[in-house]
Amino acid sequence: MHKVEVTVSLKPDILDPQGKTVQRALSHMSYDMVKSARVGKSIVMDIDAPSPEKALEIAREVSNKLLANPVMEVFSVRLIEGN
Amino acid sequence: MKVGVVVFPGSNCDTDALWTAGKVAGNQSFPIWHDSSDINGADMIIIPGGFSYGDYLRSGAIAQFSVVMDEVKRFAASGGKVIGICNGFQILTESGLLPGALLQNDTLRFESRWIEIETVTTRTPFTKNLAKGQILKVPIAHNEGRYHIDPIGLENLIKNDQIVFRYHGVNPNGSIHDIAGICNREGNVVGMMPHPERAGELITGSADGLPMFVG
Repeated sequence: MHKVEVTVSLKPDILDPQGKTVQRALSHMSYDMVKSARVGKSIVMDIDAPSPEKALEIAREVSNKLLANPVMEVFSVRLIEGN
Repeated sequence: MKVGVVVFPGSNCDTDALWTAGKVAGNQSFPIWHDSSDINGADMIIIPGGFSYGDYLRSGAIAQFSVVMDEVKRFAASGGKVIGICNGFQILTESGLLPGALLQNDTLRFESRWIEIETVTTRTPFTKNLAKGQILKVPIAHNEGRYHIDPIGLENLIKNDQIVFRYHGVNPNGSIHDIAGICNREGNVVGMMPHPERAGELITGSADGLPMFVG
């Protein structure tokens, strides 16, 4: 079993009002050094695959099909642990 | 005309759609459950608003894989009249029947109020009873209504007469080019964020939406 994390976020050129609000709140808390924030989501899956590479391949496949919408989002996959 | 209204777990505008597109518009209307593979000979299909599958992952993302959507796709491909309203619009973009996507409102608020939209094209079966430039008073109620499409996609929408409605006066969600509703290239599939089915009788505040459902 392999644990894979998919991180989905809005494309960089798309306005992220939630991220903007987070950045503004941090600025009000005197964290002026935080110049921008983008909010995304993380999906962690246990994938029963013969190899870590195959698990990542499956994660990419389901990200393209369901987890992310390519019109507005980008995603990345990473292995958390395998055994 | 026979009007089928698709019902997903979490749909909440199905009863309004059944009422307005049915009795008020002079049609026969009936619900179609999401796991049905039969649209019962409908001449028009409405995908209503609500929060199908709890809006999990993204609005409309899960609903695109339900059994009934295969039938809706077949019906649309054969030229059948399909309209997605609010969450229904989100489902149509997620399932690829309409281009683009719907993002969180730039106001960061759930926008629930009366607005005005301008009729841009009358070539669709839903706008044939309206006049080009006609302003409709209709309500909106959404959190993800900011229509987005890349610059080339937008150019194509304009060039191919696929913009059906634009917000008039106030753009409530930051949608690109003030777009409130679009159609596919053929014009038989329409998606819009405002709710014409909630503006079918004067007692609700406006009857401007009714002509959209009259055959």
